[in-house]
Amino acid sequence: MYDIKGYYDAETVSEATALLAENPNLKIIAGGTDVLIKMHGGQLEDAELLSLRKIKSLEKIDLADDGTIVIGAMATFSMVFHNTILKDLIPILTEAAISMGGPQIRNIATIGGNVCNGATSADSASSLFALNAQLKLESKNGERVVPIREFYLGPGKVAINPGEILTEVRIAPEDYKGFAGHYIKFAMREAMDIATLGVAVVCKVQGGSFEEVRIGLGVAGPTPLRCLEAEEYAKGKKISSDTLAEIGKLAVKSTKARTSWRASKEYREHLVEELTQRALKTAVVSAGGAEVV
Amino acid sequence: MAYTVVGKSVRRVDAVAKVTGKAKYTDDFSERNMLVGKILHSPYAHALVKSIDVSKAKALPGVEAVLTYKDLPDIRYATAIPGIIEAIATDDVTVAELKYGTAGHPYSLEENHRDKEDRNILTRKARFVGDNIAAVVAVDDLTASKALKLIEVEYEELEVLTSTDAALKEGAPLIHDDCEGNILSSHGYEIGNLEEALQESDHVIEGEYETSIVQHCHLENQVSHAYVDSDRRIVIMTSTQIPHIVRRIVAQSLGISWGRVRVIKPYIGGGFGNKQDVCIEPLNAAMSLAVGGRPVRLELSREEAMIDTRTRHAFKFKIRTGINNDGKINGIHISAVSNTGAYASHGHSIASSGGGKFRYLYPTKALKYDPITVYTNLPVAGAMRGYGTPQIFFAFESHIEDIAKKLNLDPIEIRKKNVVKEGHVDPLSKNTIRSCSIRECIDKGRELIKWDAKKALYKNQTGDIRRGLGMACFSYASGTYPVALELAGARIVMNQDGSVQLQLGATEIGQGSDTVFAQMVSEVLGIPMYMVHVISTQDTDITPFDTGSYASRQTYVSGMAVEKAALEVKKKVLAFASSMTDIPAHLLDLKEQSVVFKDSGEKVLGLEVVAMQSYYDRVNAEPITSDVSNNARINAIPFGVTFTEVEVDMKTGKIKILEIYNVHDSGKIVNPLLAEGQVHGGVSMAIGYALSEQLLFDEKTGKPLNNNLLDYKLPTIMDTPDIGAAFVEKEDPTGPFGVKSLGEPPIVSPAPAIRNAVLDATEVAFNRIPMNPQRVFEKFKEKGLI
Ligand SMILES: Cc1cc2nc3c(=O)[nH]c(=O)nc-3n(C[C@H](O)[C@H](O)[C@H](O)COP(=O)(O)OP(=O)(O)OC[C@H]3O[C@@H](n4cnc5c(N)ncnc54)[C@H](O)[C@@H]3O)c2cc1C
Repeated sequence: MYDIKGYYDAETVSEATALLAENPNLKIIAGGTDVLIKMHGGQLEDAELLSLRKIKSLEKIDLADDGTIVIGAMATFSMVFHNTILKDLIPILTEAAISMGGPQIRNIATIGGNVCNGATSADSASSLFALNAQLKLESKNGERVVPIREFYLGPGKVAINPGEILTEVRIAPEDYKGFAGHYIKFAMREAMDIATLGVAVVCKVQGGSFEEVRIGLGVAGPTPLRCLEAEEYAKGKKISSDTLAEIGKLAVKSTKARTSWRASKEYREHLVEELTQRALKTAVVSAGGAEVV
Repeated sequence: MAYTVVGKSVRRVDAVAKVTGKAKYTDDFSERNMLVGKILHSPYAHALVKSIDVSKAKALPGVEAVLTYKDLPDIRYATAIPGIIEAIATDDVTVAELKYGTAGHPYSLEENHRDKEDRNILTRKARFVGDNIAAVVAVDDLTASKALKLIEVEYEELEVLTSTDAALKEGAPLIHDDCEGNILSSHGYEIGNLEEALQESDHVIEGEYETSIVQHCHLENQVSHAYVDSDRRIVIMTSTQIPHIVRRIVAQSLGISWGRVRVIKPYIGGGFGNKQDVCIEPLNAAMSLAVGGRPVRLELSREEAMIDTRTRHAFKFKIRTGINNDGKINGIHISAVSNTGAYASHGHSIASSGGGKFRYLYPTKALKYDPITVYTNLPVAGAMRGYGTPQIFFAFESHIEDIAKKLNLDPIEIRKKNVVKEGHVDPLSKNTIRSCSIRECIDKGRELIKWDAKKALYKNQTGDIRRGLGMACFSYASGTYPVALELAGARIVMNQDGSVQLQLGATEIGQGSDTVFAQMVSEVLGIPMYMVHVISTQDTDITPFDTGSYASRQTYVSGMAVEKAALEVKKKVLAFASSMTDIPAHLLDLKEQSVVFKDSGEKVLGLEVVAMQSYYDRVNAEPITSDVSNNARINAIPFGVTFTEVEVDMKTGKIKILEIYNVHDSGKIVNPLLAEGQVHGGVSMAIGYALSEQLLFDEKTGKPLNNNLLDYKLPTIMDTPDIGAAFVEKEDPTGPFGVKSLGEPPIVSPAPAIRNAVLDATEVAFNRIPMNPQRVFEKFKEKGLI
């Protein structure tokens, strides 16, 4: 039995933002797969919930005329996985989507909830970091767009102001066109597990060299993060096992792994080094480069 | 023997009920105005309750009762509900002080054979994080949860002992005042002269092995409800493997006579030994008594069930083995330390039973077993599928592999050289090995996995991904004879149309016992399966006496009772038919719903004709029934082997099982499909045991770290490879229809087989499970492989 004091649902974004403006205590619930777990664990009591489930406009996944990919916040992981636009243009997101939870969870959990929950282990996050995703937030007073790298403030903390709703996740054409990528979810189980490490890489390959590399990591620090030093190093480098090895080493420098009973810092860092290279090896081939042996 | 129904993969008798949702489980039943009970668990692993203030909780609207050790309802003096139960207490011990044991063993008339009685319904001394300090009864879940938070408890913290080493240290505080040194028992055995045997050996090889605490994770958490009925008896419906034992223990815990308790067991959602124990029923009964006998439901959450029911004992082993150059083992010395947690539950029986079942596999001139079972401030360990054998076989089957490697002997040949032969009589239990196909099982497994070809292929690997093969053997038992009573009961009533009801004391807990029993009855009476109606619910008021489902005893021990009951019905039918036809009964048989001539098969009478006559004949009417009990003073020893192939990622430490086969010698297989299901379930549990599962605790505080299914790495179906099950069927002369046990055996040998395969692939010996990636990484690092 859940401790629910009140429940509201909105059918449009403006209805939702109006309700939020009226009652700042409202807790947004999308798929509820994080919210209900928190209630079960007693971290959220006397909840007053605002459900976005009836706002069908937020489930849309679209390609805008300018080539921007627009994913509605209420798109579920199943929708993300099965969407042909995403599969064609940014498969690292659909790979991330299918690695998430199990079929029942994917059918109800939303990408917006995944991002707003603020977990470093969010399976969509490393891919969205690598893709330079932009988040559109709407409130009664207007809207703003925040780059995902500025959105994560700390464990479970995101840059969302009272009264705001995440409505869209956007990826600009310059951030995905010409790139190929790969996502590795390293977890203790093949399903129903949180990542020990999530590695998302995208790269652009030109004549045997890296034109650009972006590396997003989950669970390598308190928030998802990018490996800027490694990315900088990779620029223009000839693709070889030595280059990859160096990228792996540099990637570790951007991480803030810690030891917990789940895994040691040493092991996590070792995984960052190893899996960044493995992900890049696959991505290079997808991007038209030669296989690195 | 040629059978008609036995040996066939007939459909489970409860398949349709379960698939359509018609099968009712404890939580599907409700009483009018049922209240909800909840437990206040101790946040400290070792602490004394200095004071409890329940006034705020009691004042919360909707709260009906708050219970603490100080005010448990005491009905022995007929005070709580006037006239309800006669006083049987002869001393002035209060209910709060009454101690009882919880293990699901048959009662013993010999006092020294009983389980340790060390538990109170609610305690004033917390012995693990999760111990039961107080409880509330309220109108609904939420109110009960809120009331728990309003109970104010002041604790005096004591030194926390989370490891057996700490608990055994000189001067360590006592977890139970009457248990010196925190040692529950250290009873072992010795056969032959060990030192002599070791001295005679060409080599004496030593090894140390360790297993971890794991949990059953049955789908349905512990759940029950209790009320006082119009006959003023306590009725408890509960998800249990052992209804008759629950009845006894609830009565003992309340200090009342046993007949005053009635226990009903509907369908249950798994137990794996965790429901061969009495965890919540005494408190549930007390909750109902505290509210004047009104119905109260008590259901544990997953988080509660994972720490406040039972776990599997973690063991540490030291082994010394004396062996000759040719691979013949002369003597074995096994020392074991078993961590039983805060209360005894099955306690030392686990260590004893593991050591007992191990004895059958490799008889040697000398064998010494020194187990010690130690109390610690961790959750209570109890019965779990395999009952001590997964631990000891992990240790020994790893050890024998290490020996083979050291002496450059073939791992299969060394085992074949030492395994038992038919006719062997165990020197301690006096059980005789009357059937043994372990060698055939080994040959079959070797072939299934293509051992020889792959072994050659995987020589001298160097890459990041390496493969290896491993195997391990086991022996088990069918029930507990001669350690405990093996009594089983069955009752058959024949209807007017010749169909029958079969009532059993043995409980269906998902393993399929109802189906195999129905097959046995169908076989003996010559009627189709649909004419055998198994009464699946056990009700201690009605059900024949049987101590329940555990020890892999059902098909073997309870099967004997079923066969006996069916044979008695058959005898009565034939006698009745004889009286109707004047054909001597010994010339008759039952086949295809008819009485037939034994020799020719020619039909004499339809079964329904005899049945009708038995009900309505004006002179001779006497409906045909049987009601039998069987005391199985015998045992049959099953054997088996696991063969597996693994792939190890040398960089990430991940181990993947590519193939795994379990080959079993369980005598005659009554239902191959169900048997395969048992093997699939057991092997998948063992895979978790080997690779990922482990309950973790903060070393200092004893707080659980991962008592939920996200952080406790129970494998999902995606982590489970296709599991091969095979059987070498040789009928055992003692079992009904030649059966031997199969319920627990599949879990025993996979973990060491996987470990041995990893050794084969990597040259690294893991002597501790689980072999999870973090551990593998550390070990590879230590060995300079990373
Ligand atoms: C069994 C199980 C398995 C799981 N496995 C995984 C996994 O493998 N990988 C993984 O990453 N996660 C996993 N999760 C976590 C969870 O499913 C995901 O984080 C999911 O994406 C959350 O989405 P939701 O729609 O359910 O969010 P909700 O629970 O409804 O909300 C999550 C948070 O976001 C806020 N929120 C939601 N939508 C919006 C919005 N549009 N605007 C503003 N705030 C919003 C809510 O207020 C809340 O704080 C699992 C959960 C469960 C129960």
